[in-house]
Amino acid sequence: MSTGADSAREGPRIIVLCIGNPQRGDDAAGRAVARALRALLVDVEIIEEEGEATRVLARLEVADVAYIVDACVFGAKPGDIRRFDASTGPLPRAAFGASTHGIGLAEALELARALGVLPSRCVIYAIEGGTFDIGAPMSPAVAAAVAVVADRLRVDILGE
Amino acid sequence: MIVRTIKVDQLARVEGEGALKVVARDGVVQSAELNIFEPPRFFEALLRDRMYSEAPDIAARICGICPVAYQMSAIHAMEDALGVVVDGPLRDLRRLLYCGEWIESHTLHIYMLHAPDFLGYAGAIEMARDHADIVRRGLDLKKAGNAIIALLGGREIHPINVRVGGFYRAPRRRELQPLAEELKRARDGALATVRWTSGFDFPDVARDYEFVALRGDGEYPLNQGRIVSSRGLDIAAAEYDEHFEESHVEHSTALHAHLKARGAYLTGPLARYALNAASLSPLAREAAREAGLGPVCANPFRSIIVRAVEVLYACDEALRIIDQYEQPDRPAVDLEPRAGVGFAATEAPRGMLYHRYQLHADGKIADARIVPPTSQNQPSIEEDLKIFATAWLDLPDDALRHRCEQTIRNHDPCISCATHFLRLDVDRGG
Repeated sequence: MSTGADSAREGPRIIVLCIGNPQRGDDAAGRAVARALRALLVDVEIIEEEGEATRVLARLEVADVAYIVDACVFGAKPGDIRRFDASTGPLPRAAFGASTHGIGLAEALELARALGVLPSRCVIYAIEGGTFDIGAPMSPAVAAAVAVVADRLRVDILGE
Repeated sequence: MIVRTIKVDQLARVEGEGALKVVARDGVVQSAELNIFEPPRFFEALLRDRMYSEAPDIAARICGICPVAYQMSAIHAMEDALGVVVDGPLRDLRRLLYCGEWIESHTLHIYMLHAPDFLGYAGAIEMARDHADIVRRGLDLKKAGNAIIALLGGREIHPINVRVGGFYRAPRRRELQPLAEELKRARDGALATVRWTSGFDFPDVARDYEFVALRGDGEYPLNQGRIVSSRGLDIAAAEYDEHFEESHVEHSTALHAHLKARGAYLTGPLARYALNAASLSPLAREAAREAGLGPVCANPFRSIIVRAVEVLYACDEALRIIDQYEQPDRPAVDLEPRAGVGFAATEAPRGMLYHRYQLHADGKIADARIVPPTSQNQPSIEEDLKIFATAWLDLPDDALRHRCEQTIRNHDPCISCATHFLRLDVDRGG
């Protein structure tokens, strides 16, 4: 778990939480976005997580603004990008990979909401995955989507 | 010198997928089969031809919830094979690390997975809407466990500071002090957890388990001890294979472990408590007494209280270790590879975890055997289902499914998650 930190600066604490398993094919998408973003954003906390809900929750509860990236399965074409605003309602649980013990991102967000610690702005980018096999590489369509999401996050955060 | 760094955060995500098939005939459950997927067999093959020193980090990848248990069983078995005994502060640090895992894993199970069953919620989210303070207490408690593992292990999951022979770096005494402050708060939370869980409404059932657990020399078992049972077994880890066997069953990819002499047995909190309650700290013993546990608890639904008592003990024990800790001169003892066989059993949060390794003279692993607690408990879980479900057959499918799920969750198998994906086939015979 790496943090590209500048947590001491003033103003709202903005985090980009990139979730996934780099060893499971397209589940690596979130982690790949983290690597791409580090080249684009130097002043933002970029965090990588594997998706266990209480750890995700611990990240959310100290953030004012959270951008989250994860792979999803809506049955669409691999590489399709969806954007959700968690402050308006829950994520569709079935589309987001269950982590260990079956509690993943969607559950972490709802726990945060129930506990009153959901960041006031909480945006999720979900990248449709095609393969989640152990040891598989990320598919080309998802790799292309990684670059697109990284750029959209740059615009979201820097506003340009 | 060329330094090559290969980073692998996680090889295999241990997810649970379970299916349960209950077959009833004439109001009696004929069979109850829990079908689970479990990956350690793959790891045993993966370990072959790797150096003995790699085993702890490879084995740790079997589980994202209890990697310390896999590391600890691996290092103790390797040290057994190499003829080395690690004692003093290094032994204490291992125990401290294990306390962190118990706190983390048990708390996750108690608050996120098990308590909603007793309070009538579909899950932790629904429970948090009505009981935010209680859920926050659980999350804070879990963080204390995480903090121990992060400090000693180098990070919160899959620690990187553990090695055969000791640690890569031993902490300074003053580094542990902030941890002590956090653990004192956690101990209060743990005591409140015992009291909270003891007020739940439990089905009035009991099972005649053969309990199997380690028994330490006057200490509640974590890393070491003889393997004992409630029916007289008393053996060293090296004798495990003589007394236990694993068999394949058609309906599960996990092997089922049995005592050769008597069949199904139970490991885990109920077994540890039944065989070691006298070795709990005074505070944990008193909390158990107040909670009405008695010397033995044979009601698996009440295992949530025993887990809470063990969290309290782990906080207490961690504080004791921190208080007495003196930094060792060296973080690890010297090791020389040699041919041999090593055995170890340690107490993972959900039960005993046995490892056996055969080493070549150059220190490479010739053969590995890992028997996780879930394999050992699976026959008893199925017996629980068979016995309890007979009394519940009048319930509609939804209610019956929930009771069966709860019966599985009682034992916190590594597929606890499976409960959320559980497919229940009830064949009522007509």
